[in-house]
Amino acid sequence: MFGNLSDRLSDTFKNLRGKGRLSASDIDATLRDIRRALLEADVALEVVKNFIAAIRERALGDEVSKALNPAQQVVQIVNDELTKILGRENKRIQFAKSPPTVIMLAGLQGSGKTTLAGKLAKWLKEQNQTPILVAADLQRPNAVTQLQILGDKVGVPVFAPESGNGVGNPIKVAKDAIAYAKKAQFSVVIVDTAGRLGIDEEMMQQAIGIRDAVSPDEILFVVDSMLGQDAVNVAKAFKDGVGVTGVVLTKLDGDSRGGAALSVANITGAPILFSSTGEDLESFEPFYPERMASRILDMGDVVSLIEQAQKTFDEEESKKLADKIANDEFTLQDFLEQMQQLRKMGNMKSLLGMLPGAGKMKQQLEDFDESEIARTEAIIFSMTPLERNGPKVLNGSRRMRIAKGSGTSVTEVNQLVNRFEQAAKVMKTMSKGGMPNIPGTNPVTMGGAVGGGYIGGKKSATKKKGSKSGNPAKRAAENQGLGVSQPQESKPGSAFGLRN
Amino acid sequence: MFKFLKRLRGQEVDASSPVVDSQPSTVIEVLPGLDLPSQAPASSEPEVETGTAATLAKSDTSIDKKEISEPALVSVELPKRSLGTGIRSLFSDSMDIDQLEDILILADFGVETAEEIAAELRREANRQGLTTDPELRLLLKDLLAKRLSRNDSALNLDDGTLPYVILVVGVNGAGKTTTIGKLARWLKDGDWEVVLGAADTYRAGAVDQLETWAKRADSPIVKPVKEGADPASVAYQTVEMAIRTQADIAIIDTAGRLQNKKDLMDELGKIRRAVEKQAKISEVLLVIDATNGQNAMSQARAFTEVAEVTGIVMTKLDGTAKGGILYSLQKELNLPIKLVGVGEQINDFAFFSPEEFAKGLVAKK
Repeated sequence: MFGNLSDRLSDTFKNLRGKGRLSASDIDATLRDIRRALLEADVALEVVKNFIAAIRERALGDEVSKALNPAQQVVQIVNDELTKILGRENKRIQFAKSPPTVIMLAGLQGSGKTTLAGKLAKWLKEQNQTPILVAADLQRPNAVTQLQILGDKVGVPVFAPESGNGVGNPIKVAKDAIAYAKKAQFSVVIVDTAGRLGIDEEMMQQAIGIRDAVSPDEILFVVDSMLGQDAVNVAKAFKDGVGVTGVVLTKLDGDSRGGAALSVANITGAPILFSSTGEDLESFEPFYPERMASRILDMGDVVSLIEQAQKTFDEEESKKLADKIANDEFTLQDFLEQMQQLRKMGNMKSLLGMLPGAGKMKQQLEDFDESEIARTEAIIFSMTPLERNGPKVLNGSRRMRIAKGSGTSVTEVNQLVNRFEQAAKVMKTMSKGGMPNIPGTNPVTMGGAVGGGYIGGKKSATKKKGSKSGNPAKRAAENQGLGVSQPQESKPGSAFGLRN
Repeated sequence: MFKFLKRLRGQEVDASSPVVDSQPSTVIEVLPGLDLPSQAPASSEPEVETGTAATLAKSDTSIDKKEISEPALVSVELPKRSLGTGIRSLFSDSMDIDQLEDILILADFGVETAEEIAAELRREANRQGLTTDPELRLLLKDLLAKRLSRNDSALNLDDGTLPYVILVVGVNGAGKTTTIGKLARWLKDGDWEVVLGAADTYRAGAVDQLETWAKRADSPIVKPVKEGADPASVAYQTVEMAIRTQADIAIIDTAGRLQNKKDLMDELGKIRRAVEKQAKISEVLLVIDATNGQNAMSQARAFTEVAEVTGIVMTKLDGTAKGGILYSLQKELNLPIKLVGVGEQINDFAFFSPEEFAKGLVAKK
């Protein structure tokens, strides 16, 4: 996410690092790089120009020349300005004083409105709201069906009196939906609308018609994060046409540099409320501007990660686990349970991607094979309780049986056992070394141990023993890369990717 | 003028489409009279051969023989489609050479390509001593058209190995299904028999969406038995059905996937292999949304690597997006641009013409 922009900026800043003083030409050179990086990241030209002008002004001012570390100061300014554009704090949906709250979705074709409607409904339901979905996209073939399927999946009713495919009046559907929602006492109405181009006046008029019929509390502009320079025109057209009260960024799980976020936020002046990061209905989260700015600068998104961990992990469980690790009682059974809990947190990739420094490991992350986890599970499931609690009893014939039972090979079983032993050792060392005692972080470091071991799984698995450090702890740490070592590194002052 | 000439079988010899050249094309449900001229020698020659082909071919005059013997082929010109008013000009008023780089950047050309074109224009303008607005526009148009000109931008549907298989790939929301609907309709209009394959088994409603298009295009569709079925198996069955029903062409829709999802990209390889068990893949079309910016490069790189893309389809050119990324795509990946989408209606697509595209970009408002 924003990976390439982060990479570009950290390259740029590498050149600044170590300089005691910045000359005007240093700053110009840096700004040129930043300009280019932003343009290549699809930030709109006019936004880039304003952005660069603002940074230049501040960078040439006193705050930089008098700073102890001018390079870091420039980074701080970039960070500030990014945050300024993205919005200072995370905004929430405005709920109506008297229900139902009406949320209308609008955007270009293919930006992800219908999928988002499903995710939003699910999320609202989890917030103890009673949402209803309204199928007012009567344009695209079977958009109505798609919404109905999504509604079924998340257990939210869908108001769809018209079958769509070019038939029916979306304004009437929207109007009837509100009447129905009031009568049936739904607390939130989500109106999915057809994708439309900003310059299609007829369709924009229709959107305005829908808006006037439902008087929405929120008009969410759904934006594909891959949008290019045209983001400006599109954002202007929607802002001036139907109006925009909030923005949702979709497809942020891609490798797009996401400059559209900056453009759209800047042009519409509306806050970015949510980001959507995957195809399954859980891949949806509130948008945190300051985290996103950090993300652009490759500082990782530890806060999101911890929150997600807290949602999933029982605090008491984690404490028990920490004790077990410290006392060397950590078994394969626990390992399995941990893994299952981790999976509950969602997609392993997006999870690992939140860690600081993960930007540099993009490729490895993408190579991460989720099915490795399934195989590992299969292996552990094929063990007897005795074996799970004490892997030491695993002799050749037991291993053979397990391999057969799990449909894997003895080599794979061996690898798992080795990996487990290493992980257990490392965790023990760490638990003694005093990890930051934030509830929920222990499982997170486990995430590193479990997940990290598998990163690039097949490749490293085929490597001969001894190709890495002989020291088991070191070696395991090598394997883990991100998970375990990073939290210790992220001291204040080492921020902005300027360490090492 | 945008000229696109395709060869095609016809139920009757199409008046508008004389058999233009000797290159083989396709005929399927051959009317007895029709296959005689071009194909008679081919099917009678191998009589002696042992192969199943020969034996079956002998029992000819039957309408079905052509699948096994070489099909009778005929050249047909498909209905022409041109960009029309789709492309919007880069310039809102007169062209300023100093602003050109920024203007190209605004049209998603990318910094590097924009710098390059701006420099080239300046150089050429100096050399030829061009200064007036119309002169500069014409020069820019030529530079732009030249960059995209190539001779393989027609759909690769003329090598005579039936059925042709077109695989349509791209990121989520690029417009794959819509493109297929339009393409199928167009082929139908040209009298081709088309089979559609709904191998997007993932997105809710995708199969239904394609089915609606299939109805509009009056073509059969192969659907997965249930949601989440193996897309490779749908692809396989689509080709199987195309062969069985002696269709000319099978178009396979795939689920949208972001190019950095390795497992999903690998799935494309699997779909390819499943298709190739029974037929050659004629085209792998990568659908790119014109509103996408520089990320389109990353899409094209990844899809080319995994799915061996043979051509680009650029959709949503009817909006304000200019699609300048095509120039970077062409430069770096050397892929032909084959089709463009300019709206949601069934006829809203065209074959790509560099000249027409460049003209649109420099047009005076």
